Amino acid sequence: MKVTLKIKRFNPEKDEKPWWAEYTVEAEPTDRLLDALNAIKWYQDGTLSFRRSCMHGVCGSDAMLINGSNALACKVLLKNLGENIKVEPMRGFRVARDLMVDLEPFFDKYKQVKPYFITHSVTPEKERQQSPAERERFDDTTKCILCGACTTSCPSFWANPEYIGPAAIVNAHRFVFDSRDEGREERLEILNHRDGVWRCRTIFNCVEACPRGINVTRAIGEVKKALMFRKL
Amino acid sequence: MTIKPLEYLTYRGKAGMWAWILHRLTGVGVLMFLLAHILDTAAIGWGPAAYNRMIELYRMPVFRVGEVALAGAVLFHALNGVRIIILDFWPETMTAEKKLFAGVVTLFAVVYLPMAIYMLRFLAH
Repeated sequence: MKVTLKIKRFNPEKDEKPWWAEYTVEAEPTDRLLDALNAIKWYQDGTLSFRRSCMHGVCGSDAMLINGSNALACKVLLKNLGENIKVEPMRGFRVARDLMVDLEPFFDKYKQVKPYFITHSVTPEKERQQSPAERERFDDTTKCILCGACTTSCPSFWANPEYIGPAAIVNAHRFVFDSRDEGREERLEILNHRDGVWRCRTIFNCVEACPRGINVTRAIGEVKKALMFRKL
Repeated sequence: MTIKPLEYLTYRGKAGMWAWILHRLTGVGVLMFLLAHILDTAAIGWGPAAYNRMIELYRMPVFRVGEVALAGAVLFHALNGVRIIILDFWPETMTAEKKLFAGVVTLFAVVYLPMAIYMLRFLAH
């Protein structure tokens, strides 16, 4: 099949504002969007820039705005996109070039929630034990690959770039509900500030966008509830 | 990188995003009416005659149609507000978020359509 890709391009060193480039590629319906982008970069226009690494939906490098909603280019099949495809960089972050956005602020927020084990008690001789049920409690949020699709699909984040964002909250949730972790209070305090979980308006764009199928809004809701009831 | 308000609508969100947009619009709409309503009731300060003259305005067809829109806005905002309360207090219901929204739309249609027809029947005369 022949597909036409309209790609929003921007080179801050040359262009005053973003512009649309159009490419036509011959591809199989079962090819992924990333295959089409590679075909353009390798055979038509080497100046097209985008991130990709593992190309199998695990590294989280190639999240972008595809036909109006966020997804990983390596997970979307061309047959599900139609013959005319619109590709843009994710919204809300500075465009570094073409489909690449500057993710530094994204990772700064990730670091804010202290995404690592915090323990104050004496280290046990063997491992810290956990029941299957306790492990299940935060299973959903262990799946995050930090691609940024959720955060950049969130209207609350578009309106206020200071909002800590769904991705950081998901990664906080992963520790807040882990029975072995002892940093619960510190993390909840961080998420309780004015740009924390309360900016979430339960819009569910993050859930639709997540390539890992994480119920992001539910995770945020559980953190909100933990905050509401922690002093009762 | 700030996103302009109209650009919000170019993101293809699903039920949750539409629920949010409608909730905002109906919320602002009801607020506008309440501001106007403060002004019209304030006419009582100039005596019953002034108040009656002011309230007479609402009998004009344009206001009566507006009243139907207002009732719709209040109804949707209330029903979706209940949906949000359910989601907030029982996050486990978030896996059924689309069904909850479908419930809001269904209830809205069942209550609003007969009500709108009843309120607009004066147009037939």
